[in-house]
Amino acid sequence: MFKLRRFLKDYKLQLIIGPACKLFEAILELCVPLVMASIIDQGIQKNDMNHIIVMGVVLVLLGVVGLGSALVCQYMASYTSQGAGTKIRTALLAHINGLSHKELDSIGTPSLITRMTGDINAVQANIAMTMRLLLRAPFLIIGALIMACFIDLKLSVIFFCGSFLIAVVLYLVMTKSLPFYKEIQKLIDKVSLISRENLSGNRVIRAFSKQKSQQESLDNTGEELSKTTLRVSRLSALLNPATYVITYIAIILILWFGGGQVNNGALMSGDVIALTSYMTQILLAMIVLANLVVLLSKGIASAGRINQIFEINSSVTEKSQDKIAPVKTAPAVEFDNVSFTYGDGDNELSNISFSIEKNSVTGIIGTTGAGKTTLINLILRFYDATQGVVKFNGTDVKDYPFSQLRGDIGVVLQKSVLISGTVRSNMTWQKPDATDEEIWKALEIAQAKDFVNDLPRKLDAPVNQGGTNFSGGQRQRLCIARALVGSPATVILDDSFSALDFATEKALREQLLTLKNTTLIIVTQRCASIMNADKIIVLEDGETAGQGTHKELLKSCDTYREICLSQLKESEVEI
Amino acid sequence: MKKHTISSVLRYTLPHIKYFILAVISAVISVSLTLYIPVLVGNAIDCMIEKNNVNFANISLYILYIGVSIVLIAIFQWLMGYCTNAISSKTIRDIRSDVFRKFNNVPLSYIDHNPHGDLISRITNDIEAIGDGLTQVITQLFSGVITIIGTLIFMLLIDYRIALVVVVLTPLSILVAGIIGRMCAKSFREQQALQGEISSYIEEMVGNQKIVKAFSYEERCAEEFEEKNKRLFKVGLKAQFAGALANPCTRFVNNMVYAATGIVGAVLIVSTMGNGGLSIGQLSCFLAYANQYTKPFNEVTGVLTQIQTALASAGRVFKVLEAENEPSDENRNSVNTCKGKVEFKNVCFSYSKDTPLIQNFSLNVKPGQQVAIVGPTGCGKTTLINLLMGFYDVDKGEISVDGTNILDIKRNDLRKMFGMVLQDSWLISGTIMENLRFGNPYATDEEVIEAAKKAHAHSFIRKMPQGYNTLIAENGGNLSAGQKQLLCIARAMVVNPPMLILDEATSSIDTLTEIRVQKAFRKLMEGKTSFVVAHRLSTIKESDIILVMNKGNIVEQGTHEKLIEQKGFYYNLYNSQFANN
Repeated sequence: MFKLRRFLKDYKLQLIIGPACKLFEAILELCVPLVMASIIDQGIQKNDMNHIIVMGVVLVLLGVVGLGSALVCQYMASYTSQGAGTKIRTALLAHINGLSHKELDSIGTPSLITRMTGDINAVQANIAMTMRLLLRAPFLIIGALIMACFIDLKLSVIFFCGSFLIAVVLYLVMTKSLPFYKEIQKLIDKVSLISRENLSGNRVIRAFSKQKSQQESLDNTGEELSKTTLRVSRLSALLNPATYVITYIAIILILWFGGGQVNNGALMSGDVIALTSYMTQILLAMIVLANLVVLLSKGIASAGRINQIFEINSSVTEKSQDKIAPVKTAPAVEFDNVSFTYGDGDNELSNISFSIEKNSVTGIIGTTGAGKTTLINLILRFYDATQGVVKFNGTDVKDYPFSQLRGDIGVVLQKSVLISGTVRSNMTWQKPDATDEEIWKALEIAQAKDFVNDLPRKLDAPVNQGGTNFSGGQRQRLCIARALVGSPATVILDDSFSALDFATEKALREQLLTLKNTTLIIVTQRCASIMNADKIIVLEDGETAGQGTHKELLKSCDTYREICLSQLKESEVEI
Repeated sequence: MKKHTISSVLRYTLPHIKYFILAVISAVISVSLTLYIPVLVGNAIDCMIEKNNVNFANISLYILYIGVSIVLIAIFQWLMGYCTNAISSKTIRDIRSDVFRKFNNVPLSYIDHNPHGDLISRITNDIEAIGDGLTQVITQLFSGVITIIGTLIFMLLIDYRIALVVVVLTPLSILVAGIIGRMCAKSFREQQALQGEISSYIEEMVGNQKIVKAFSYEERCAEEFEEKNKRLFKVGLKAQFAGALANPCTRFVNNMVYAATGIVGAVLIVSTMGNGGLSIGQLSCFLAYANQYTKPFNEVTGVLTQIQTALASAGRVFKVLEAENEPSDENRNSVNTCKGKVEFKNVCFSYSKDTPLIQNFSLNVKPGQQVAIVGPTGCGKTTLINLLMGFYDVDKGEISVDGTNILDIKRNDLRKMFGMVLQDSWLISGTIMENLRFGNPYATDEEVIEAAKKAHAHSFIRKMPQGYNTLIAENGGNLSAGQKQLLCIARAMVVNPPMLILDEATSSIDTLTEIRVQKAFRKLMEGKTSFVVAHRLSTIKESDIILVMNKGNIVEQGTHEKLIEQKGFYYNLYNSQFANN
């Protein structure tokens, strides 16, 4: 929590005024029983009507002023917490955008999303809560104790013992029930897991007629959940009666000893009434405080999770923002003895060396897990090579500003994801100021022109989150078009034909080949996609199993031949 | 609608009525005693008149009463808390069980057409919200109402004049709470909507970091987010402030009621010179009531919004429960043997009435034949499988197995005839052994291992840390696509059904792995009628019948050689996968 305080530095004024107003209100509130005692003791006992009226006006004034200062505090708290939350949100997203995939992988997307949403909201709520209540409740307790001391020092002993016991009970019940709540959360997670499995595998479950055993496993969890809830409720239901009993035992003692003090002439009955009010005030404040502590501990945990992200620095950083001029004669992409590992495990890529000439067509082929996508990730600098150098247009990729490197390369990723918006908003990702003409050209090459043209609103047709309103094949073609807008000099297609039928793929590949001055890198599992490439790089278990043309590789590379034969007939392979 | 939802929830609470009765009795007792205590305290204070004029005998009597009352209050408060939790937790347990049962009894189309995340959130979050709502209704609403009525009675009994002051002023608090509530509702709705917008934006940008980075979208992303964020700040500030108004404002009304009670009470006592029937102790009692009386009003109004949420949740949950079940198959026949003869006769089917899919489809499959179904995506290949397994029923025509219409066979019996391996290799979280036994819990270890060997899965299972007892993470997270697929095949082999369905079973694995899987398939298919839906044509060349489908119709059928000779749709489809320009 404290490490996030830099986001509060613009709100110093609010942070002082807010709680100060709240304290003022609490002081006023503490005065109320005193004023009431004075009405009874001075006014009623002495039949002083004037005194009653004056004190009555004081009571009303206390209320009005209290309301005013409370409202000021509420506004300050709302302003500060919303403002700080907004700042944290902006900063965190910028920070996440700056992290490399190495860090993003280790945290995981779902966890990042909950931190950006739920955790920031929790911190925001906590800032407000702290400003509004955290100071008020202890102050009311301490104030009530002090007031009690003022009225009668001896009787205040009862107050101190009573408050202490209430605090102990609250602490015990809360700490004892906490493990149960964790258990309950776990069981709810289990219900959600069983349901998710049951839904995603519903065909299989029905096919194997396993409905009964699935139902049993859910019912068992449900039963356990209900039992655990009841066990904890036996405990948490103690909280109210226990604190109530303590408070009223204290009040009984006040009445008994207070009666003695009245008899001695040390106190008046109005004082005894004030004392009982203070005791109930302490009880209420204690309960508020206890609830607050639970909320705050959750907020502190959230703040810790947010801070964790802020403390991670990107392992892949830009050296400078200066643009790099391409070396004319150099190959478009060059790997020089590159090895890479994601963590501490085995090498994902080992000693890879190859070069891709400008304006050539290169195929990269291999089985799943051979390291094809990893190789692409290194060119785009999503990760840095563990060893060796990756060069783009003759310069180490580490020397490029990100925007230049990635801007010069049009990439189609394996997973076809569109961003919600319109077709046009998706098509302008590569080039924000692309003209309609450029977009249509790209769509045409990607074999997407026809179906986009058929959409009622064409380029302005809406796209749902993830592009779910398009079929898998359409999505893939739109992703290809997205990379082609603005005619990047290098285009990388990572297994980008998988959702296309063979005829569409063929037409698309033919169109791609018509692109002038473009280096084409096609990553695939299908040998048919790359048989005619200028160069084919065969990967196997992170190593290059062979490089060359289709014909050369058929003779020299066993892996390549095996892949071809697994997909095509011998006669078809030997074209 | 609302009434309907409430009565639906009540139906589920009915079996636990004894807890409800107990809770209500406890609430009545504890609340009335709680209200009685200020009277006793007031009486005790009235015993303290002045110096040397304190009636200790009476005070101790009242203290005794107070003591007994608080013990009883404590017991009944605890009982009320416990019973309330018992009702809500038992009620939601029953609802949850029924919702889950529903998942397995609705037609499969229901599960296909409803987002799973949404259904899961209904069986978890929404049901929890119903539970919270129930607890709130009983603890806050009931005890709140009882407190209000009780306080009113006690106050009227003590002094009707001051009671009148309290009764007249209290609605102010309700009015204030109502106005604030309405203000909140509007800005909260706005905030909710914006928060949803921001959440999905975050989900997209954070979830698709690769695209964001590949297209250098970071700065534009920051700008877009800043704009949304600013809007959220404005709306959020308004919503939060409006929400924060409730507490101080109702406290203010409270304080006013308290002050009015004090002043009117004091003036009454003084003006009647103590002969108006009101004592100082009674005034103290009124002051305690004044504090207490507005509280339940505020709580009740607060609870009302929570009840709204619970009702909305209940509405969502009961919508699931009210979904129609699959037609009952009680009157259908049990069939336990199967030779493997399958016939489609003039079958018509579509998922929605506007887009016809399968029309007049006929096919005769002899026992032991392998049928391959190929065609472009969306042509209805998987639909045929859905019909065959009874996941969906035909609109017209008839499908029969060994001459019996499948609509006359009990669903589970029909499905037991088929072993099924799907593209999406679904595994349960549990050990490998548990997964392999999924279809046949009585299989011995030897039988399971034998099946795994046949499926070429034995060798990789043995290499796993705990062999067959290795735990698989949810949906096979720690296994490769190929391994998962092999486990699914082994799972089907353990059952050893008379017929087989392979629905794009190898499309997500690479071709080298596929060769291994194919070997396993061939073992599995020996002598069995099988239906193979394929994406890669190279895998089905040896089939007895190849059905070529396009737009829901069979456009060609025959063996690979015959179809290639025909030079038709299949020929083009087949050639396009290797014909380079």
